[in-house]
This record gives sequence, structure tokens and C-alpha cells, in this order.
Amino acid sequence: MTMTNERPVEIRSKVTINVDGNDVDVFEGDTILDACNAAGKTTPTVCYGPTVTPVNACRVCVVELEGSRTLVPSCSRPVEDGMVVKTDSERVDHSRKMVLEFLATSSDVSQADDIMGWLGDYGADLDRYDVATTARMTDEVKIEDDLYIRAYDRCVLCYKCVEACGEDAQWTFAIAMTGRGFNNRIGTEFEVTLPDSACVYCGNCVAVCPTNALQFKTEFDLRKMGDWRPEDQSVTRTVCSYCGVGCNLDLHVQDNQIVKVDSPSDHSITSGNLCVKGRFGYQYVQNRPG
Amino acid sequence: MPELAVTSATATADEAAAVADSIALQSPGQITFDSIGPTLTFDGDRIARSGSERIFNRRHLLLPVLHHVRNAIGWLSEGAVNEIATALQVPAAEVYGVASFYELFTFEAPPSPDTIHVCDDTACRIAGANDLIGELRSDGHCVHGSPCLGLCEQAPGVFVQRTGQAHVSVRTATKESVVAALDGELMRPVAPVPQVAEDLTLLRRVHNAANEDYDGYVATGGYEALTKAVSMTPADVIAHVGDSGLTGRGGAAFPTGFKWSAVAGEPGPRHLVVNADESEPGTFKDRVIMEHDPYSLVEAMTIGGYAMGAEQGWIYIRGEYPEATRALKSAIAEARSKGMLGDNVGGHNFRFDIELRQGAGAYICGEETALLNSIEGYRGEPRNKPPFPTTNGLFGQPTAINNVETMVNVNQIMLMGGEGFAQQGSGRSTGTKLFCLSGHVANPGVYEVTYGATLRDLLDLAGGTTGDPRAVLMGGAAGSFIDMTMLNVPLTIEASREAGFSLGSGVIMVLNNTVDFDDFVARIARFFQEESCGQCVPCRVGTVRQSESLLRIREKGAPVEAERVMLDDFAKVMADASICGLGHTASGAVLSALDLGLIGGAS
Repeated sequence: MTMTNERPVEIRSKVTINVDGNDVDVFEGDTILDACNAAGKTTPTVCYGPTVTPVNACRVCVVELEGSRTLVPSCSRPVEDGMVVKTDSERVDHSRKMVLEFLATSSDVSQADDIMGWLGDYGADLDRYDVATTARMTDEVKIEDDLYIRAYDRCVLCYKCVEACGEDAQWTFAIAMTGRGFNNRIGTEFEVTLPDSACVYCGNCVAVCPTNALQFKTEFDLRKMGDWRPEDQSVTRTVCSYCGVGCNLDLHVQDNQIVKVDSPSDHSITSGNLCVKGRFGYQYVQNRPG
Repeated sequence: MPELAVTSATATADEAAAVADSIALQSPGQITFDSIGPTLTFDGDRIARSGSERIFNRRHLLLPVLHHVRNAIGWLSEGAVNEIATALQVPAAEVYGVASFYELFTFEAPPSPDTIHVCDDTACRIAGANDLIGELRSDGHCVHGSPCLGLCEQAPGVFVQRTGQAHVSVRTATKESVVAALDGELMRPVAPVPQVAEDLTLLRRVHNAANEDYDGYVATGGYEALTKAVSMTPADVIAHVGDSGLTGRGGAAFPTGFKWSAVAGEPGPRHLVVNADESEPGTFKDRVIMEHDPYSLVEAMTIGGYAMGAEQGWIYIRGEYPEATRALKSAIAEARSKGMLGDNVGGHNFRFDIELRQGAGAYICGEETALLNSIEGYRGEPRNKPPFPTTNGLFGQPTAINNVETMVNVNQIMLMGGEGFAQQGSGRSTGTKLFCLSGHVANPGVYEVTYGATLRDLLDLAGGTTGDPRAVLMGGAAGSFIDMTMLNVPLTIEASREAGFSLGSGVIMVLNNTVDFDDFVARIARFFQEESCGQCVPCRVGTVRQSESLLRIREKGAPVEAERVMLDDFAKVMADASICGLGHTASGAVLSALDLGLIGGAS
């Protein structure tokens, strides 16, 4: 499902699919994930996001579909009338548990709250992996400017940032998936630094990152000092004052300082996206006289 | 020109010339862009699209241009990538992302203009490939250990990637023959297959060297199948293919007639793609066909184009097949010059042409949707299915993708009629089948038999096994090991499935008790680890965890029982939740080796 701003021009008919024994009515063109949500099922997702095209790479949202030899990714499989789906089978639980074990043994997911929660929910057993013989992403943090950092040892290669930099939001194409297999990395050409690359610092990649591999430099610095305190932060919604578009901004404030800016992903104007000014140009707010 | 932000690195004059040359080479003439669809360009905008909108003018030239620059210069510099990005209007990060996906492209000047890729996979590994690598390295050559090069019957196999000169393969390679090849000495030809012409149907022409040019091909009955086809309606041709019971020979055994009628039923333009990215370890049958009977593939594709109303044919051949590539290039060019490809094929009032595209070292591009992405100039990452290529294939248009051997069978079907063809073999297994025998057999090579021959029959044809046979790898790395109790199983789709193994691409690799199975199976696991595209988590991480587990058993003496629990868990998630067949089959050989007690000392 590509996100577009076009209004639906045809009336969508409803289809019925069965989720764990209960019939659910959803619209034609919806995904199995939509149906699972409608049925009140909680489905873990990593590479899925409401504002980006699902690449269905993480496979944590898989469900069992009657008639299909393999499990199917619920986030991108369109519903068909009469589908019978199981979300709580042994196969589904096994695959989700294993995907979570794979993610947590290859990347640092400690700042990915959702993933940390699901690890417990699905009974992931990380202790059975021998640390000495288990390969991980060990990339150094890339600090190339004062706006955001890239900590690829936290990256789960979900492609969301690539999509946001490219066709789903910014159309800048500063980053791409590079390499192959376990050596896959999100990167610029020849790993040139962001200031040298095509990056325009919209930060839309930061907004969609599910693991904090991309984070505001302010957050990174505070975390380093052990002073990142989300529980002490307030979020103030306001309208960006730079131009007339009217993007909503959520200002995350800690100790009376703006430490992070984002925009609600369901906002009709931004879909969570901002430009460099809206996302990073907030210092003037704090320029107090004296 | 739209603004495309690139770094300040600029191309050298040679690099810029190589980019310009390659684009000039690719331009009009050969490929009719009209048949792909209108080009999309936006004044003042960046040109980049995907999905069904991947129809724009130059992105699909990316892989050919990368090849051309690599072959002219020897590597890809930042300046060269910027030049390519600007010329094709593809963002530099994406050019780099695509190029870094493939094994045959490097981003540092190589120490030597010739890179020697020595196959150290399966059949070549047990034929002393590692010793050869050691010898070449100690003499200071630039050597790269390679996955299977499809030269298993003439192991060890070598592919020499040259700069400014044509690539070559070296077969039954020794240090001396590799060095001779670097000096330009050509390979001495050997018999293409061990069987004599009288015993061959599909391969009946391969011994006849004359048939490598157009007149020779026609003199041996070439183009009779096309003549027969165009005397029928396209629908009748498809009906014959359906009646023949022909199934895909690449490994999946999908009914070809079903695929063709699905594509023919979709609105055009349509494409016919031949999958010649033969990379399954132990497989070399398609190489033999392409090297020794290239016109038969051109003819069969032309019939397919006529039958499905597909005006554009594509052959995607692996980059490590230099001789087959040259044979096909010359056959396509000559067929075109004789009017057998082009706007009015043979005066029969239909249009069909073939574009040849080379892979660049990526097993995954043999997966059909990865192959399509590769042709389109994207990373060779498989697409999620559905939708299937029959409706949303190349450039989002209806596409039939067939393996080389499958395709060439179409000529036989035209000559024999669908029902006549179906009388060979039985059930779902009709026609003749090519098997690739390698490893510990007296006469390795491609053997053609009518479906129904047993494993014992095949081994007898190959002169029997050598040494004390311990196991047979069936179907390649994506297949499984069987032991010598299976000798009487008929090698049909049905019987092999019942016996618990798959014929896959027809690999029969015999392994005697001199083989270090721990090492052999670990190499197979490493193969999947290195060839996984990395797109989905189960396969990207699972193939690595599987390798690590085998190494723990082998090198650290880890208890097999505990590792087996892990290996079963890895296998299950890869089979259940991976995007494509690579992940689905990445554990088959490993688990079967454990089941047979070939590794880990358990039984």
C-alpha cells in the first residue's frame, strides 16, 4: 500500500475474513494486518509503519494463512474474501520468537521498547546463543554533524529510513541499502559523510527509525551523560512558524530545553514528515535575551 | 538536466569515456523501448520510480553500464559511480547500493588487472580447489574463492575476470593452465557431454560444432520447430505445451503450459524472460546447451514470443559464463541479421527480439523476481508474492520466466506434438531430463535420460562411482543428501518426492568416503550465508546462525544434540517466514547431513 494524498474515488466493498475463528469485515484492499487490528489482535511489527511502504523484510508480523505453504506477512498481504488466518498458532509463535531472537542477537535493540517488550511476550531465549561465536553488527557510531547521529549497531535493516529518504517522503535518495546479506548496511555512496552526501537533513529517517539507530544529537549527548529522562519530558504540540504550510510540531522538552522535535504521523499535512527547519531549526525558541 | 546531488569526486577521462561508450552501445537499435512502454521524464525533477512505475528510460541500463565500466577500468571508483549516476539519472547512493550487491564489482583498484575466481564450492572443493588457490596465491596472483562456477564436470573450475580483455573460464584447472589462460591461451575443447549423439534428444546437436553458426544450425533441422509453430495459432502452440505436461526444469517443476496461458491471457505488452542465471551448486546443464547449441534457445524463445504475444525476450545469464555469453551474443546477432529476430520474424508477421543481460555474481538473482529487479537496475532482492510475474513481472508487466532447459524443450514439443512429447516418461514427469553428474563418478557430465530412469541407471551411465560412495547430494545446495539405499528410486518428480528428496535442478553429486563431510557441509552453509540477499530477517540472520552452529560442532566440539535443537529452530523459521526459496531451502542439505550421520558423529 503506497501512501498517497489522492482521495479514494471508488466505493470500496467489504470482504469477510476469518481471524482465529472469528469473522471480521474489512475493506477490499486492506491488509491482513488491518483485519488483525480490527479483530483486536496485537501484532508485532518492525518494518511496517503507517507512513512508509512496507518492505515486509522483518517478518515478525507473519500469520498462518490457510492454503499457503509458508507463513505470510500480514502487513503487506491484501485481504481476499474468505481468507482463514491464524495468528496464535505454534508456527506463528515460533517464527515471531525466532525473528525476535535473530534481531536481538545481531543488533543492539535495548532502545527499541517495542522489541524489548515482545522478546518477553514471545519467550525469546537469548542466553542460548554463545556470545563468542555469534556475529553481531558492531559498527561505530557515526557522528558527522550536530543534528543527528547514526548508530548502525542498533540498526535492524528495516528499510524504513531508505523509504522515507526516497519515494515515501523526501525524494532525496541520500541513503540506500548497500552490500549483501549479513553485510547489508544502510549507507551513502562509498560511505561518504552525510554533509558530503545528498542528505538535506529533513530528519524524516530519524522519525521512522524503530530502534533509535538514528537519533537526535541532543538525545545522543544526553544519553551519553546519563541524563536522558523521557519520564521528565513534556510534549507540546504547536504549529511550525517558518512557512505557511502549517505543519504540526511536537516539541519534546526536558529541563525547559527542546531536546527533540517530531510531528504526529497521523497529521493530515505532515504524515510525520518535516523539513530541516521544522525538525532541527528550533534554537531560536531558546534564544532568550540576556 | 535535473539536479542530482553527487560528491565532488569526478571520473577520469577513461572512466567517462567508458560510461559514454556503454550507453551508446545500449542505445536504441537493439531494444525497442516502445515495447516496454513510454519513458517518463520530469523536467527539473529527479527521475526515480519503483513498483509498477519502474518504466523510465535509463535505470535498466545500470547493470550493463556497471559491467562495461568495470571491464574497461578494472573497478568502480567514486568518480565513476558519480558519472554513471549523472548519466543514468539514478541517485549515486542507489548506484552504489546496487553495485555493492554483486560479487563481481569492487570499489578499490585491484592489485592486478586479472582477478582469478577459483571455485572452492562442492564439486571443486573435493577436486583440490583449495590447493589450487594456495598455489596461485603463493605465486602472487589475485585470487578470489568463488561459489560454484557451473564447471563441476571439469573440476576445479576457474573464471578469470579480466580488464580490457574478454573474460575466460579455465576448466580442469591447474596452476599452469590458469597462467596460460592469462597469457591468452585458449582452452582445449573437450566433448560437451559424455553420451553419443544417438542417445540424445534434447542435446542431439551439441556434438556438432557446425551448429554454433546459423547455417549449420539450419542444416541440422534448426528452425523446423518454429516453422511448425507458426503454422498453428498462438493458442494452439500453448495448447501443445500444456498437453506435453512440460514442467519447469529449474527446480520448481511448475507446469509451463499453465504459466504461458496465464501470461497470454493478460493484456500486453508482455515479456518472455529466460533464466540462465544457473548458479545452484552442482548445476551446469544450461551452460552446456548455451555453449554448444545457442540457436536452439533463440528458436525456442521465438516460439514462446509468438505463442504468448510477447514481443520482447530477455536472457539473464550469470556473469561467470563468458563462453556461453559469447555464443548467445553471436547467435542473437546472427539470427537478427538473418531476419529471424526483429520486426517481422522469418516473414511470419510477428515481432520478437532478444536482449541479453549479464548477472554480476549473485546466486539470488536466479530467484525469478530477484532476476526481474536485477534487470530493472535494482538490487537483486526478491519481491513479495503475490502478485506473481505472470501478471506483474518485468517493469510491472505480464512476464513468463522459464529456465533454459525448459525453454529448449519447447522445440521438441513442436516437433513431436504435445501428446507425442507426453508419451515420454509418465505422470507429471514427461519428456527427457538433464542430470548433472559430478563428484566421485567415472565420467562426470550432463546426461540426458527419459524421466523414469533410476539413480542407479544414471550412475551406470556415468561409468559408476569411484571409491566407496557414502552419499549423493541431490538437487544441489538447496537440495539434500541421500544415502546409497536410494539407488532404485526412479528420478521422477513424484517418486523422488515420495522418497523424501527433490530433483531440483538435476544435480547428482556423488561423494565417497574420502570426503570431509564436516568441511563440505560447512561450505554449503557458508554458501547460503554469503548468497542471502539480506532483505528478510529469517534468512539474513538464520543463514549466519546456521553456519555458526556447524562451526561450533566442528571446531569447538559443541554437543550435537543441543546444536540440533537450535538448527531445527533456525530451519523452521527460515522455511516458514523467509521471503523466497533461498531461505526456504537453506537448511535442507544441513539437516539431511545430520539425519544421515554424515557430520557431527551422530546418526
